[in-house]
Amino acid sequence: MNRINKKLAADKKLLSIYFTAGYPELNDTVKIIEDLEKNGVDMIEIGLPFSDPLADGPTIQESSTAALKNGMTTKLLFEQLADIRKTVSIPLIIMGYFNPMMQYGVEAFCAKCQEIGIDGLIIPDLPVAEYHEHYQHIFEKYGLVNVFLITPQTSDERIRFIDQVSNGFIYMVSSASTTGAKNTFGNEQSNYFDRIAALQLQNPQIVGFGISNKATFEQATKTAKGAIIGSAFIKHLTHNGVDSIADFISSIR
Amino acid sequence: MSYTVNEKGYYGDFGGAFIPEMLYPNVEELRTSYLQIMETPSFQKEFNQLLKDYVGRPSPLFYAKRLSEKYNTKVYLKREDLNHTGAHKVNNTIGQILVAKHLGKNRIIAETGAGQHGVATATVCALMGIQCVVYMGEIDIERQAPNVARMKMLGAEVRPAKSGSKTLKDATNEAIRDWINNPVDTHYIIGSAIGPHPYPDMVTRFQAIISEEIKWQLQEKEGRENPDYVVACIGGGSNAAGTYYHFLDNPEVGIIAVEAAGKGVHSGESAATSQLGKEGIIHGCKTLLMQTNDGQITEPYSISAGLDYPGVGPLHSHLYRTGRGEFFSVTDDDAMTAGLELSQLEGIIPAIETSHALAIFNDKKFKPDDIVVISLSGRGDKDLNTYIDYFKL
Repeated sequence: MNRINKKLAADKKLLSIYFTAGYPELNDTVKIIEDLEKNGVDMIEIGLPFSDPLADGPTIQESSTAALKNGMTTKLLFEQLADIRKTVSIPLIIMGYFNPMMQYGVEAFCAKCQEIGIDGLIIPDLPVAEYHEHYQHIFEKYGLVNVFLITPQTSDERIRFIDQVSNGFIYMVSSASTTGAKNTFGNEQSNYFDRIAALQLQNPQIVGFGISNKATFEQATKTAKGAIIGSAFIKHLTHNGVDSIADFISSIR
Repeated sequence: MSYTVNEKGYYGDFGGAFIPEMLYPNVEELRTSYLQIMETPSFQKEFNQLLKDYVGRPSPLFYAKRLSEKYNTKVYLKREDLNHTGAHKVNNTIGQILVAKHLGKNRIIAETGAGQHGVATATVCALMGIQCVVYMGEIDIERQAPNVARMKMLGAEVRPAKSGSKTLKDATNEAIRDWINNPVDTHYIIGSAIGPHPYPDMVTRFQAIISEEIKWQLQEKEGRENPDYVVACIGGGSNAAGTYYHFLDNPEVGIIAVEAAGKGVHSGESAATSQLGKEGIIHGCKTLLMQTNDGQITEPYSISAGLDYPGVGPLHSHLYRTGRGEFFSVTDDDAMTAGLELSQLEGIIPAIETSHALAIFNDKKFKPDDIVVISLSGRGDKDLNTYIDYFKL
């Protein structure tokens, strides 16, 4: 059983953290992952930086640009993560855009993930139909969970299709926005969270985009299985450095 | 071999819609309705009326006598430079603003590099009384002050793209992000034959008026519909797509694409995407694009601000890969010289983008009785400063 599925079966609300590999410094990757696990984070999304991150707001755009400037590449990230399973046991997911994966070779990329012990991928610009038709068999061959996004605008019918193709969790984008764009949840989000809960999907849902503190984390996880924090964590690293990860996590729960 | 888009949005290996889920409802709405909207009689009537009375179509097909004599062949110029706003761009913005109206959208966003598409979009928004936001790279805003002023006069808001390299590709990213954040009321008018399906096909169909007119105009002048060659410059490739469209399935018509080689294809400062690009994903579309081995999109260079896009439309990637199109690349220097030559031989100052197409005679020898139609995609007023600096005028 994949580490993600095991974790999802646990009787608790999951806190997942996203960070951009190669930021703030090129070689911070392993330290950030280890510190996140030590401080009780349940799952980690390791951001593979891309020059043109369409779905991201300014914070992740800037961390991505800085990481690339620092010299981060797909190959280097895999090198940094080569021994990660000697020290870290929580689920690790790589989140990135499709073009760098295509250039590495989709099958080679997936094989490398399996070799290192990466459990899943989130690729915002690989649509479910393309995945289903061309890539699903490759992901499955290497035991990877692929995670799809849904938004408040996604129809119930499409959510059902995504639920069928998914084999881990569904990434519930909290509002129609890029990452980090909104800081509070209103009625629109509550209604959306309730609507999705009522669908009784087979895959659990984890909420992302706009989760920045204890209040939004708790609100998001009322109905969902967990929540992902990205931009707020990156801002924290920018202002307080990589030695302050414990402070951030303890402010959430 | 088919050169039209298939039901999945592909031209051969290229195209598709590689978009984040947040954009799916918008793009899907467009995909399922664009052809239907374009076929309705009321749309057709309004579109054709505006092209005639507002844009000034049909644009003339002009026999360039002195240019023909110089290169010992028969050259016709398709005068898109005479359109309102000075380039082919307006054919597409007229079409898309009408699509937006049919979809009930009340806010328009667009990206622009040099500002030509931004001006063409701001123009049709003023015409229709619709709110308009144009994203433009911070660096381009500095370089293209007159077009920024035009957009503002037309009532558009120009928002600087401050991310990445602060040029056209980043302006496109910002427009896409705006669309993600405004999924219900906004239509995104993409300016070239790029982006997720159905954009490349929709833009191509709006620009196809260019080749539709060439056919009957050539029939009138030469007693034949098909030239031997059609020639156009390519950045993203919308004027080229429109110039080729009605000839794609006639193998006797040669298709010639001219890209910007900048300071030389292998100089490191170039925008010759077919030569330097590899298959990848840019702005929601699988196509040839300039990128590092690691898959990071690189910044192209050309003296012409309208050709420095790191990708090329998926139709053109398909024409390149299948060999249906013949691709050339022309340096800054050769383009500038060709622009000056046209000015002095025919009394037409072309846009620098167009000057690249005019430089084809350096690379390709035509027969005396060949009929060569060149898309004169835009006029050179916007480029006067560049011409002044280059020729020390």
